[in-house]
Amino acid sequence: MKRFLIPLGIFIVLVIFLGIGLKLNPREVPSPLIGKPAPDFRLALLSDPSRQMSPADLRGKVWLFNVWASWCGSCRQEHDLLLSLARQGSLPVYGMDYKDQPGDAQAVLARFGNPYVETFIDLDGRAAIDYGVYGVPETYLIDKNGTIRYKHTGPLTREVLDGKILPLAKELQR
Amino acid sequence: MRLNMKLAQRAGLAIFALWFPLAAVAGEAVPVAEDPVLEQRMIALSEDLRCLVCQNESLAGSRAELAQDLRQEIRDQLRAGKSDKEVINYLTQRYGDFVLYKPPLKPLTWLLWFGPFVLLIGAAGGFYLYLKRRGARLAGESLSAEEKQRVEALLRNNGNES
Repeated sequence: MKRFLIPLGIFIVLVIFLGIGLKLNPREVPSPLIGKPAPDFRLALLSDPSRQMSPADLRGKVWLFNVWASWCGSCRQEHDLLLSLARQGSLPVYGMDYKDQPGDAQAVLARFGNPYVETFIDLDGRAAIDYGVYGVPETYLIDKNGTIRYKHTGPLTREVLDGKILPLAKELQR
Repeated sequence: MRLNMKLAQRAGLAIFALWFPLAAVAGEAVPVAEDPVLEQRMIALSEDLRCLVCQNESLAGSRAELAQDLRQEIRDQLRAGKSDKEVINYLTQRYGDFVLYKPPLKPLTWLLWFGPFVLLIGAAGGFYLYLKRRGARLAGESLSAEEKQRVEALLRNNGNES
């Protein structure tokens, strides 16, 4: 009886490890930028391309930074959620239009509604690379000192927004 | 009317989608001829880096748009005189150790690097102990006089038959 106990023990440990492995999402790359200053850039704005803005202009504010594009299908999934967040007004959302035609992006916002206070235009995707963007949409929570506090990859969901982002934002706004 | 507009939009999108890869390839092909040595360095470097979009592909082999952008970025940085190490630092600062196919040696990855050897040594030790104990057990066992006779009888019989 005893001699079967050791292989059984090893087997159970193996099953537990494999089980945890199955639950992990391999697409979720942990960002090394959490807790680091948000990379700076100066980019033209979608609302008025002759004007430029930088994340440094938003110091003193807690804000949500949402990287999206008009050609990105899953960005459409989170659009309504962003709109409702914008209506609620507790957390300002700034967008970044990633490797896109500004005209297309403007058309999308005109048609589906605009949740963004402002949208930066990242034509060549360089600024997005600095943020470690590897697939739009990606969303960052940035605090008053310009530090990245949270990152979500993929379309935002109600659970992530209400469960993680908004409580954290509330804490950071104090 | 609305439906027509939707159809037209879809057709437009389809045409765009058809043209898109062509445009990407055209943009990609140019720099190769420019500087073969630099290109070689870029490819050697990006073979050890992971494409973040198609995670089982290297940055060198992927046709994902981000991979193309990152290859261009590596090219630009090498051209600007940056060392391989500086380029790798640039990427790990943004995408983490995950971009490296060879993870760096640090306390967090000790288990990853040394775990297999620890397992091997443990298994070898266990096997050695098992053999030693088995040897001792077998050496302690001896045949009784009656059993010896039976063995000899069997062996003799066997020899006659063949």
